[in-house]
Amino acid sequence: MAIEFLPIAILFVLAIALAVFIVFLGSIFGPKRYINTKMMPYESGMTPIGPGTRRMNVRFYLIAVLFILFDIEVIFFLPWAVVFRSLGLFALIEMLVFIGILLVGYVYAWKKGALEWE
Amino acid sequence: MTTELILFFSLALIAIITGLGLLISKNAIYAALYLVLNFFTIAIFYLLLGGAFIAMAQVSVYAGAIMVLFLFVIMILGAEKLGKSNTVAWQRPVAIILSIILLIEAGYVLFWRTAPVQAAQTLPDGFGGPASIGNVLLNNYLLPFEITSVLLLVAMIGAIVLTHKQKTDKEV
Amino acid sequence: MSDPINLIANWLQGLLLGLGLSVGLTKIILSFVGAVVVATIGMLTVIFLIWLERKIAGRIQDRLGPNRAGPYGLLQPFADVIKILTKEYTTPDGADVVVYNIAPIMAVASVLLIWAVIPFASTVVGTNLNVGVLYIMAVGAFGLLSILMAGLSSNNKFALLGAFRSVAQLISYEIPMVVSLLMPVIFARSMGLVDIVEAQMPWFIILSPLAALIFIIASMAEVNRAPFDLMEAESEIVAGFHIEYSGMKFGMFYVGEFLHVFTVGALVATLFLGGWRGPWAEQYPILGLIYFYIKTFVGYFIVAWVRLTVPRIRIDQMLDFNWKFLTPLSLVLLIITAVLDRVLVLVNSERWVYSLVMFLANILIIWATVEVLKKTTSKPKRKEFPMRPVAMAPETSTSTEPSS
Repeated sequence: MAIEFLPIAILFVLAIALAVFIVFLGSIFGPKRYINTKMMPYESGMTPIGPGTRRMNVRFYLIAVLFILFDIEVIFFLPWAVVFRSLGLFALIEMLVFIGILLVGYVYAWKKGALEWE
Repeated sequence: MTTELILFFSLALIAIITGLGLLISKNAIYAALYLVLNFFTIAIFYLLLGGAFIAMAQVSVYAGAIMVLFLFVIMILGAEKLGKSNTVAWQRPVAIILSIILLIEAGYVLFWRTAPVQAAQTLPDGFGGPASIGNVLLNNYLLPFEITSVLLLVAMIGAIVLTHKQKTDKEV
Repeated sequence: MSDPINLIANWLQGLLLGLGLSVGLTKIILSFVGAVVVATIGMLTVIFLIWLERKIAGRIQDRLGPNRAGPYGLLQPFADVIKILTKEYTTPDGADVVVYNIAPIMAVASVLLIWAVIPFASTVVGTNLNVGVLYIMAVGAFGLLSILMAGLSSNNKFALLGAFRSVAQLISYEIPMVVSLLMPVIFARSMGLVDIVEAQMPWFIILSPLAALIFIIASMAEVNRAPFDLMEAESEIVAGFHIEYSGMKFGMFYVGEFLHVFTVGALVATLFLGGWRGPWAEQYPILGLIYFYIKTFVGYFIVAWVRLTVPRIRIDQMLDFNWKFLTPLSLVLLIITAVLDRVLVLVNSERWVYSLVMFLANILIIWATVEVLKKTTSKPKRKEFPMRPVAMAPETSTSTEPSS
């Protein structure tokens, strides 16, 4: 099993090496002239106001949670989609129940307005 | 066998180092990124054990989804740089004593209580593949599988209730 | 002569074994050579694609596009590469240098990794994973990480906002994308891309046109292309997560984006357009390679076409479109496809009956969706304004003006 991933590992190392090489080329040919104002974070020409990081909106959290739940659900679908034809009617009903329970949550989220981006 | 052993020990070293980095680093974003590396090494462990499906699921759920959630939460709380934490006075000695006990226990299990290592069996064809996982999941572990969906439902409702409390307050 | 790629590979293998290398080492060297070829072809394709896209954009926007450097402006991308290589790297003050520099490298690597599992021809494939579809999902996680790393390390509010926006978009659209990927998996009864291509006796776009449509739309969002390019809405957040990158580091994000669009084309070709399948492709794998590239360019062209035609959408529209339209639609499609498949296999229908029923079911779902949308969406009413005279007489206009 692991041997099938050997080309992937090699491609991964190679892709990173290639990208590093190209970025390195840029550092050879590019000029290096340090000017204080040039290195300021870019805010459309203004002097940056306040720190570069800020607290983000909690709405992003909800999106992330919804994503995780659906992601896990989809990962359960994948092996099911491979085998459900050979397992017969029972597997189909099982999965319909599974989707059904999740759809309850989905409808709840919709009704509560969790899917809105006010 | 030797290449596998070398691979295992180097990966184990990476896993431990990244785990330590996660604990020690003061910057929460660095800690999260160390955690990604840790998850990734664990995925490679799964691969070496022949579980391609679970390895890919590990990368896509943990290194992808959970990590996005962690980084989002770090930025939502604005907690990327940890301040001086207020420790309880007796926290440190208790931690040291407990970790020594854990180490002794682990050493005892590892050196005195292990069963003799059995010869590695050749894995059946398609072991850990999607088809075999699907068969096992939908036949043997049906109840846990269905309960998972209830768990996901509870998690979804919990997240919605937690994040939408403010809004109802404002409306009232 | 029919299969030059494997001919070369076999010759190389014979040569290496003849030199006295072990079988394992030969395999590693061969994989390495294959990876070098894939990476090089990927990079060269990007250079060509940049030219092609600018040419298409020019034509669609009623201008000529690049036409100065070389014939038809073909040397323009090379000139661009030379220019971008001679630009200075600026690292903003307070940036997290390590994370900041890893991000663009991962952006390219994450896209190139997908190419390892795509079957280019009947005999040319990097590796045949039986978890291919899940692998594509997993590799997407690296892309997410590179965006987040770029945004978090740049010490720039706009970069952070852009990263959050684009990650929110990527993770949202991953759901309908993967659900639509389930349809080929159901038809082929396998998650391996090689098996999926081999199972496409009628192409899967005929069995499930809706799944192909959802996949293309969701992929457009995955590559952050217009109309889903709100991470780089210039008027709102300057340039998105890569605002602080200059020179070739920005170039890496740019290359990654183009390569990703091309990869989307390749995935559409592999999953829905039959991959390397075509007349005589099995006897002559080199033909399969050509078919595959043509289909990939068709997929690429669709994405570029939409990008150049449709204006950018807002973030609330983006999220609404995904969570309230694409996700439920893809789940409904999944349920109906699964039930129909069960029924059709139970009555033991012929291949063409199966295809026809699936096709009609998809058309029916599309029609029903359009009808439901017509019923439920309320068009905002146009405000009625009283008629105004086009021009006013000079006396009245001077009297209304607040003069003095």
